[in-house]
Amino acid sequence: MIDLVQVEKHFDGQIVVHPLSLNIEEGEFLTLLGPSGCGKTTILRMIAGFEQPTHGDVVLAGQNVTKLPPNQRDLNLVFQHYALFPHMTVEENIAFGLKMKKIPKDEQKKRIEEAVAMTQLTALTSRYPHQLSGGQQQRVAIARAIANKPKVLLLDEPLGALDLQLRKNLQSELKHLQRSLGITFVYVTHDQEEAMMLSDRIVIMNGGRVEQVGTPREIYATPKTLFAATFVGENNIFSSSEGLFAVRPEKLRPVRETEGARVTGVIQDVLYLGNVHKLTVHLDQEPMSVTIALDFTDERPWQIGERIGVNWSPKDEVVIGA
Amino acid sequence: MNKSKFLMVPVLLWAALFLLIPMLIVVVVSFLSRDTLGNVVFPFSLTGYKTFFDSLYLGIYWDTLVLSVVTTVVCLLVSYPLAYYIANATPRIQTWGLILITIPFWINFLIRTYAWVLLLRTQGIVNSVLLHFGWIHEPMQMLYTKGAVLLGMVYNFIPFMVLPIYVALEQMDKRLLDAASDLGATRWKAFRHITLPQSKSGIMTGCVLVFVSTSGMFVVTDILGGAKSMMISNIIQSQYLGARNWPFGSALSIIFVVTSLILILLFNRAMQSKADRAKEGTA
Repeated sequence: MIDLVQVEKHFDGQIVVHPLSLNIEEGEFLTLLGPSGCGKTTILRMIAGFEQPTHGDVVLAGQNVTKLPPNQRDLNLVFQHYALFPHMTVEENIAFGLKMKKIPKDEQKKRIEEAVAMTQLTALTSRYPHQLSGGQQQRVAIARAIANKPKVLLLDEPLGALDLQLRKNLQSELKHLQRSLGITFVYVTHDQEEAMMLSDRIVIMNGGRVEQVGTPREIYATPKTLFAATFVGENNIFSSSEGLFAVRPEKLRPVRETEGARVTGVIQDVLYLGNVHKLTVHLDQEPMSVTIALDFTDERPWQIGERIGVNWSPKDEVVIGA
Repeated sequence: MNKSKFLMVPVLLWAALFLLIPMLIVVVVSFLSRDTLGNVVFPFSLTGYKTFFDSLYLGIYWDTLVLSVVTTVVCLLVSYPLAYYIANATPRIQTWGLILITIPFWINFLIRTYAWVLLLRTQGIVNSVLLHFGWIHEPMQMLYTKGAVLLGMVYNFIPFMVLPIYVALEQMDKRLLDAASDLGATRWKAFRHITLPQSKSGIMTGCVLVFVSTSGMFVVTDILGGAKSMMISNIIQSQYLGARNWPFGSALSIIFVVTSLILILLFNRAMQSKADRAKEGTA
């Protein structure tokens, strides 16, 4: 659906996005994940047309749109701070794109009804943005975009300004919406949990470069780089003669006997989190701490200050590049 | 929090002493009579108000309204593009633009208005230049015309229009234009449907400021308009200072203030949109 061909972006001589090629499938939920300043929003804005790539091409549904302004691209962006028009009602906001495209009046009405029904805004259509809560404004931003029936919906940290509980609710709504619309979503976030939950594929970015592209399962189970290994989920990084390898906290097994264990160490902290306990163990062999996650079935009492052994199975070691 | 209300005391006292009380005096005087020496005396009388309905004064009043409206419209047409340019320029140009607009305030307004006399009079700079290049064969009468008054008014009040519009445009969330473009709007449509409504408060403030300032102005009319172009403020001034008919001057003032207020209210009502009313409802 979208092809980024060796796309590259410089600002004032500085490279913000290193050459990047990416194929985004039709109907896919693809997330650009990375810390702030990693270039993810710039990529989204290049797809939308607000930024021109310094080099490379953006191809949308087989058409090279690199030179087209945003208003001529058949996709819509949900802005981070919604950018709702304050002087228009919810309905007028949603109708705006349809009016601009000169869609016939009765078709407009039908599409607005569909969009507000999907986003549960039916009761609020005559309100103004300032009369809505943050979550409702967010829904209006989505309704305004999907009413245009775009080929692709771009979302720039759409849940970033909301509190945690609301964010959780809207995440599942978004996933549901994407499934029922069946259109391509390109989603930008710095929240790895959100990315894992929503995406078909995740593109992990750091410093303007792609670290890894893969399904959430691939990213979690077989991270390719140190950054990918530590940015998504917790991880323990060990070094061996061949290089670095990572073992997830839930793959580490604490044992009482230090004799014959892979490594040994002293428990520094015991955290009880309901469904899991976490032990932080300072290792004797290396100047580092590892985190061990134990599920609720482990009822052995672990004491701070206790010296224990730590084991893991070689198949759970994931070799990573630098 | 409530204590901060006391901060209003100085300005309220000032307004009461020097605005409200004098206004009340004007109201009272407008209903009194004058004796042969020009003193304000009893009994109460409506002569001042009746005199206003003379066709001479009605005509001048009408001219005043027309000139004020035209000045406001011309100011708006000239100022909006300028305010738009400054609001969208780089910070450096914005600073310089605002300085250039406020610089005229550093020079006395009478001097600036007299400068126009030098430019516009028969032997003035404009006529000399036009004659020199042979574009005209005899000097044009520019000074002491309605055009000269309009020019002087517009010149003086452009900053009153530029500044509020600039503030409104500058405060506008520019991301709204990205959103409009994303939704398929051309640059013109985005201006028409987003920028213009978003700058409406500035336009309204500017229009009221210019309209009120123009309609109450008598100096520009005196200097650039000569005896032929009279505005209602010139009449009021002459009734107070020359003719010494204070009751008539007061009556004109009251009529003028009341009708101006009504016009401004009507203007605000007409400009107010559904969204503004919704905002007031929740405020």
